[in-house]
Amino acid sequence: MLCDICGKNEATVHLTEIINDKVTKLHICESCAKEKGAEMEEHFGLSDLLAGLTDLGTGVEPELVTTAKCPSCGFTYDDFKKMGRLGCSECYEAFRKYLEPLLKRIHGANRHVGKVPISAGKTIKDTQTLQTLKMQLEKAIQSEEFEEAARLRDKIRELEGKGKSGKAKG
Amino acid sequence: MTIDDFLKQDSEWLKGTGPNSDIVMSSRTRLARNIDKVPFSNWANKRQLEDILAQVSQAVMATNFLKDATFFRIKDLSEVDRLFLVERHLMSPEHAKDVEFKGLIVDPKEIVSIMINEEDHLRIQVLQSGMNLRECWRIIDEIDTEISKRLPYAYSPKWGYMTACPTNAGTGLRGSIMIHMPALVFTGQIGKVLQAIAKLGLNIRGLYGEGTEATGNIFQVSNQASMGMTEDDMIDNIERIISQAVLREEMTRKNVLSKNKEALVDRVSRAYGTLKSAHIISSAETITLLSAIRLGVDLGIVKNLDKTMVNELFILTQPAHLQKLEGKVLTSNERDVKRADLIREKLK
Ligand SMILES: [Zn+2]
Ligand SMILES: [Zn+2]
Repeated sequence: MLCDICGKNEATVHLTEIINDKVTKLHICESCAKEKGAEMEEHFGLSDLLAGLTDLGTGVEPELVTTAKCPSCGFTYDDFKKMGRLGCSECYEAFRKYLEPLLKRIHGANRHVGKVPISAGKTIKDTQTLQTLKMQLEKAIQSEEFEEAARLRDKIRELEGKGKSGKAKG
Repeated sequence: MTIDDFLKQDSEWLKGTGPNSDIVMSSRTRLARNIDKVPFSNWANKRQLEDILAQVSQAVMATNFLKDATFFRIKDLSEVDRLFLVERHLMSPEHAKDVEFKGLIVDPKEIVSIMINEEDHLRIQVLQSGMNLRECWRIIDEIDTEISKRLPYAYSPKWGYMTACPTNAGTGLRGSIMIHMPALVFTGQIGKVLQAIAKLGLNIRGLYGEGTEATGNIFQVSNQASMGMTEDDMIDNIERIISQAVLREEMTRKNVLSKNKEALVDRVSRAYGTLKSAHIISSAETITLLSAIRLGVDLGIVKNLDKTMVNELFILTQPAHLQKLEGKVLTSNERDVKRADLIREKLK
């Protein structure tokens, strides 16, 4: 297949763009891809990562990967591989198996430990604090700061106790 | 505020104030956010996109921080006005494309801007002059909290804030610092410094041009990972690494000044001479020469120029700014002449 832009070189990069509900497929060569600029570069960065993942073998069957579909928005994992973008927030749970190793590669972690929105409520905040505290505890133990570790352990116990009693009542 | 009002004031990121402002031009934080249970902007249908635009702009303009801000519907702006906003770093180049459902909210001081329906429903940005990333985070955190009281965000305890691209998930935070490192480039040490920064997990690119060939010796450094670390830790991490680069640049400047002063003065003076006498000048050449002059001002080699004015020239000489100043569309050749006119006038 020849490049859609220059018509000369063999097309090695295949893209799907959705602009105003219209799906455009683009098959282009490496050098034209480079010329299309930063937006594409970002895209390639991710496709490289994705390609790398399948190479390494995540223990996931390729067919399974492409047919996995988000029940909420209808986006497939194949769409994601082509576009480098997800369809909706539910896609994260729908493609969890494939996203977890990917997130790990991108961020070096696949769990959030930062800010919690107010609207998300107090229960989440507690879970979150608990995660952060546990991480701090691990650090403290590693660096042999035992007083700090003891203090953190008490806080964790307190929070965990609160969660349990809450559940028992509810 | 109209676009023309912005033209009359100094952009926050070029004020040349704040900590380390001789080397660090500006700091910026950005948060990616989406409304819960609504498809991301590149997968939503027209009706949903129109709803997102209305819902987000209403929620944002109702916050205390942004009650005096201006809302722009990008499709209603001219091509030049769109590029003008990109040049001022108030929106991304991507936001100027496929403009049908895109919006932008800018506060009167140009410190806060919010892109609607870029890749994510909201992209909140806070800019400060100099090395001020912590302040950027403090401000954006408050604004984000205010907005979250009015908009239900897509969030899960596991994934954090869920974004269209997994590279932004978790905190949705990107902190970036724009840093001017002419001495490290001049002495050929920049490659090593950029490599060291990249090894520590930060992204680095030239503000104008790519890689180490950055025109104007201005680099933009930002965090790569947005998940698995708290926002405070991420901000501290970037500031700590950048402080090292700033120290290196400072030392190198002193070194060059004591060991190779003639070469430095020669370079700065030639740049000054060219800018004062050119009648046709490209944008790339302008940026290269302005970088030398900016260094000259920082080191006291050029004494009669104001730093803010030199900074201002970085942006006023960009294509859309020149066209706004002239009040009409200019060809590339016409711009090169107008650019030279403007610079001669300012440096008089
Ligand atoms: Zn081609
Ligand atoms: Zn989905």
